Amino acid sequence: MRSIAIIAGGVFRDSIRDRIGYGLVFFSIMLMASSYLLAQLTAGQDVKIIKDLGLAAASAIGLFIAVFFGIGLVTKEVERKSIYSLLSKPVTRTQFVLGKYFGLVLTLLINLSVMVLAFYAVLLYFEMTTLDGAKAAWEAPALDPRMLKAFALIGVELMFITATAIFFSTFSSPFLSVAMTFAVYIVGHFGEDLKNLNAIVQSVVLPYITKAIYYVMPNLSALDVKSAVVHGLPVSGTSMVLATGSCLVYIATLLVGAILIFSRRDLK
Amino acid sequence: MATRPVKHSGFLWVALVVLLVGGTTLQVVLEGKLQRPATMPGVHWIQSPGLMRRLTVGFNAVWADIYWIRAVQYYGGTRLSTDEKKNFDQLYPLLDITTSLDPNFNIAYRFGSILLSEGYPNGPGKTEQAIALLQKGIREMPYKWQYYHDAGFVEYWWRRDAQAAADWFLKGSKLPDAPNWLEPLAASVLAEHGQRDASRALWTQLEHTGEHEWLRKAAKRGLMQLDAEEHIELLEPFIHKFFDMNGRFPKGWQELTGSKILRNFPVDPAGFVYELDPVTGSITVAPNSPLFPMRSRIPG
Repeated sequence: MRSIAIIAGGVFRDSIRDRIGYGLVFFSIMLMASSYLLAQLTAGQDVKIIKDLGLAAASAIGLFIAVFFGIGLVTKEVERKSIYSLLSKPVTRTQFVLGKYFGLVLTLLINLSVMVLAFYAVLLYFEMTTLDGAKAAWEAPALDPRMLKAFALIGVELMFITATAIFFSTFSSPFLSVAMTFAVYIVGHFGEDLKNLNAIVQSVVLPYITKAIYYVMPNLSALDVKSAVVHGLPVSGTSMVLATGSCLVYIATLLVGAILIFSRRDLK
Repeated sequence: MATRPVKHSGFLWVALVVLLVGGTTLQVVLEGKLQRPATMPGVHWIQSPGLMRRLTVGFNAVWADIYWIRAVQYYGGTRLSTDEKKNFDQLYPLLDITTSLDPNFNIAYRFGSILLSEGYPNGPGKTEQAIALLQKGIREMPYKWQYYHDAGFVEYWWRRDAQAAADWFLKGSKLPDAPNWLEPLAASVLAEHGQRDASRALWTQLEHTGEHEWLRKAAKRGLMQLDAEEHIELLEPFIHKFFDMNGRFPKGWQELTGSKILRNFPVDPAGFVYELDPVTGSITVAPNSPLFPMRSRIPG
């Protein structure tokens, strides 16, 4: 356990050295600047658009960090040969994979928390500077705490993407790993289309295959409640727990798969 | 050694500033010399809402916002353009994609239907598209009585179909959150078909219940148009009086003020002098008035 924590701490320190935080500051500034510009263009939908933009930016920035840093966690160590010195210490390959994973998850969750703070700071400013008459048109309060549900599920999705990236990077080249991780992300969001493909294709076999893929692949669209929280629509706790639980099972599966593959890999 | 950081002299910093200023200056000079190609009509590359939904995996809402901004800009740009023939053809596809990307985008349905029904040259006058957009909203959010109200409004105000309007109001009044004035409104529309009171009631309700400033502004404009219709009816007897006295219609308002029939030039509720046609004697709001164009007059 201690070895995992030490490796995770190393990943976290590396991510700070790689200046991921700068991207977040940029994100916050862009969000604040765009708020003023967009308010002029959106026919009164400024708060909705700030919320949409903030949630989408948190999701997109997190996705890119998860994919590109997740892929590099294992491959960089192998390419630089630094893995030899690491594995010569009392560290197992299982601890190495788990340490890398939890290190990046920690980084992502801290980044996400910073984005949440920046997001609510912008909304607080809007709340304070908007007249009561204009607030009446809002579908949900500017500082609606229900938006935290969307951020929580974004966090779960990022944990899944990180696990996927690490899984692919244990046996594939960085380029292919990036492509396959994005493919999983896209297929995960196409769940309903895969399930209902029989309605638009003539084939007898294909719908069975796509339905099988639908049930095997995680349904990431179940984690996407961004639009619902922005409109102030209810998001049930049960569906959140089920979606999170299902995703955690997939994460565990991917990590076990990654450990199995990486343990059998000849690093010479 | 090359691996050590190098401290550049101030010369490079000066060169950087000079190059930046020089580049910008050239750009400004070039701007004045460039021959602009003829303006291309707006191109809407992706027409399919379904395809757009799939292309924006996980980021549908933010793309819906982009399309909403595009729709508003497109409508405003076309409306304010000086083109002889204003083309609003892309408005419905833009709104259709917006609402497909974010099916709960309330204002896109409500305000979109107002933009679509607005008569030419202020809008495309496509009432069937306005109704289709609201029907789409009803499919997504069947509990929204506002969409039934808006559809009834389009039927009554723009299409002059009191029966269809009353049907929409009645359907809306059956919804759990519907206000208690919606059912009497249906009755009022049917009973007072062709009367201005029902229209005034509709606009007034929209002004009071409109969730957004733009909706309230549209309602205020509609109420002012009704006031203008009443003014015009009050002014018509004076035109006829002049005709009886002179055997012709007045060439302008100055003839009416000169002959003491009117004290001042009559102005519409927006403060613009009404236009008087010397051939037919008809009175309308001026083309530069925000109340232009008026819908054709309500009988009765």
